[in-house]
Amino acid sequence: MGLSAMRAEERADREDFSMTTVTRRRALRYFGMSVALGAVIAALPSAAQDRTSVKIGYAISKTGPNSGGAGITTLPNYVLWAKEVNDAGGLEMPDGKKLPIEVVEYDDRSSAEEVVRAIERLATQDKVDFILPPWGTGFNLAVAPLFDRFGYPQLAVSAVTDKAPEFVKRWKKSYWLLGGGHDYTSALAGLLTKAAGEGTINKKIAMISVADGFGIDLVTAARPSFKDAGFEVVYDVTYPAGTTDFTPMINEAAGSGADTFVAFSYPPETFAITQQAQVAKFNPKILYLGVGTGFPVYGEKNGANAEGIMSLGGIDPKNEANAAYRKRHQEVTGQAPDLWGSVITYNSLQMLQEAIKRRGLDRDAVADELSNGTFQTVLGEVKLEDNQLRKLWFGGQWQSGQFVAVAPVDREGAAPAILPKPAWK
Amino acid sequence: MLTTTLIAGLVLGGTYALVAMGLTIQYGIARTMNLAYGETIIAAAFAAYLVHNSLGISPILGLVLIAPAGFAFGWLVYRLLLRPLVRRSKGGAALEIDSILATFGLLFVIQGVMQVGFGGNYISYSYMNFGVDVLGASVAANRLLALVLALAIGGGLYLLLTHTRWGTALRAVAVAPASAPLVGIDADRAARFGFALGGALAACGGVVISMYQTFTASSGVIFTMKALIVVIMGGVGNLAGALSAGLILGLVETFVATYVSPGLTLAAVYLIFLAILLWRPSGLFGKARR
Repeated sequence: MGLSAMRAEERADREDFSMTTVTRRRALRYFGMSVALGAVIAALPSAAQDRTSVKIGYAISKTGPNSGGAGITTLPNYVLWAKEVNDAGGLEMPDGKKLPIEVVEYDDRSSAEEVVRAIERLATQDKVDFILPPWGTGFNLAVAPLFDRFGYPQLAVSAVTDKAPEFVKRWKKSYWLLGGGHDYTSALAGLLTKAAGEGTINKKIAMISVADGFGIDLVTAARPSFKDAGFEVVYDVTYPAGTTDFTPMINEAAGSGADTFVAFSYPPETFAITQQAQVAKFNPKILYLGVGTGFPVYGEKNGANAEGIMSLGGIDPKNEANAAYRKRHQEVTGQAPDLWGSVITYNSLQMLQEAIKRRGLDRDAVADELSNGTFQTVLGEVKLEDNQLRKLWFGGQWQSGQFVAVAPVDREGAAPAILPKPAWK
Repeated sequence: MLTTTLIAGLVLGGTYALVAMGLTIQYGIARTMNLAYGETIIAAAFAAYLVHNSLGISPILGLVLIAPAGFAFGWLVYRLLLRPLVRRSKGGAALEIDSILATFGLLFVIQGVMQVGFGGNYISYSYMNFGVDVLGASVAANRLLALVLALAIGGGLYLLLTHTRWGTALRAVAVAPASAPLVGIDADRAARFGFALGGALAACGGVVISMYQTFTASSGVIFTMKALIVVIMGGVGNLAGALSAGLILGLVETFVATYVSPGLTLAAVYLIFLAILLWRPSGLFGKARR
């Protein structure tokens, strides 16, 4: 279709710019535009009338570099939740009446300016009832002042930050559900301490990290965590985002004598390191990689070679509600949820739904309920502490095709880790 | 240790060279700065992924299909999108600016189509991911393939361009597009062929890269950037230049990552880029172009 249009354009050029052709096409184009514009205006809110729906808005990275992460952890859950709620007749109000969800969606194109503009638009022009948060730590921080200014509760899930206690004081209606870097690294240190105590590994660690948001946060938290646990970091380098060849770092790590290799990496790098470690026959006793390890595609792709690899997150395979959620997610969106943030995202939507059921559409009341209420969600019984979700799985390991939660080691339900990591197949 | 680093560097450089060769031909012969080049690579990578995962055919066999498809795509793009620009341009500068703008638009079209078709998720599969022993260093077979392919294509095309009548005609168009018709060369046809050839090379690069690199619909820009550095460093339109510039970049990155710090690889790449351009403003082989 695009090609034929181009061909027509070219032909018109060749026909010496025959005036009538051009004008007719222009006229048609303007007509098309005005129809589109009319449709948009017609779709604008009809405020004064009786409420027939609840407007839920969000801006998410559907295109651009963030779309890979947003498209797996966040957006499918928004879609799934809206569909499930509407299939059940809508959001239940305190008086028992059900109102369907009307979704207003924007693509922020992975641009921080765009996400701010879209949130502002959702609040001031679309006048939505609730706004769901964007994907990513940086984006959630970028829009937090706006959520606060317009009085919307912000259930930030895909944001890992150690500063959550501070943020909660600054933005009263912000909620932080995925913990901070220090939580993950101290859980890892706990696991390593246990393994070293059993004599499985030595007390040396080789560590690489991406010189970008996630890697910097995690490695900054990891250094003191490992030091406090009595471990020595013998190799500690950062690499620029977008690095594709890890051979030099893997060789150095292999030569460092450390039994533990930790990489705070982004998904493309996580996949690359996994492949290149196999090629280099580098098989540390503990292999801990960053974002991407908890993607279902990671398990599918690496098959038996994924066995024993650890990362952030993890799920409890014995949790039936979670298993049912995973099945529905697969059926509705056609893809499996990830094994870290996905279920937390869905949990946040269930909390919002329940808070609306208890307190209605008054945003202050809903925020109050989110802070103080106790909820039954896909995670079980959830109650936020100081607007943060603290009962989380901070470390998981691939065990026979499942990414099983293994840390914190002292939390009930944690599976014992398989140590040392089995050899590459 | 030194040989390991050297080989790792050469293998990484092979990828860079492979990616850059198509762009240097397109820029050199068709005088089109194709900003949608990386998107062509990614489109080929998606095609290889489909061939491998849905049809169960090895991506190398898939090349037989995908490379001609890349050629046809390049041909069509030139025929439909770029020829009108070439026709109306009076001098070289106007064409360059117009083609940059046009291919910049094309970039978003291809990217959009891939977004619709495949979504924004990370795509990855592995093929030929086993170690091959080269002088004591374990090298991934798929990356080695990229190096071999880069050397074969680069060497083969270089010989064709310098030793055949057909190659001489292409080079004539590259050097003096206005004068070439005077000696009976169809400049339009040669430029179209050069652009299509570049498309086929991009497709080859995409197929091989998809075997070991994770990609998304929007990661084409990264390849365009890298290819651009290699092309400018090697001398526009010069295959031997692209090959050696690619290998130099690979070696620099690997040596800096091993002996200095992985954090400084990017800085080192741009430093050497700058140094070469100061020393030879038209690129390594820029002067040698005839």
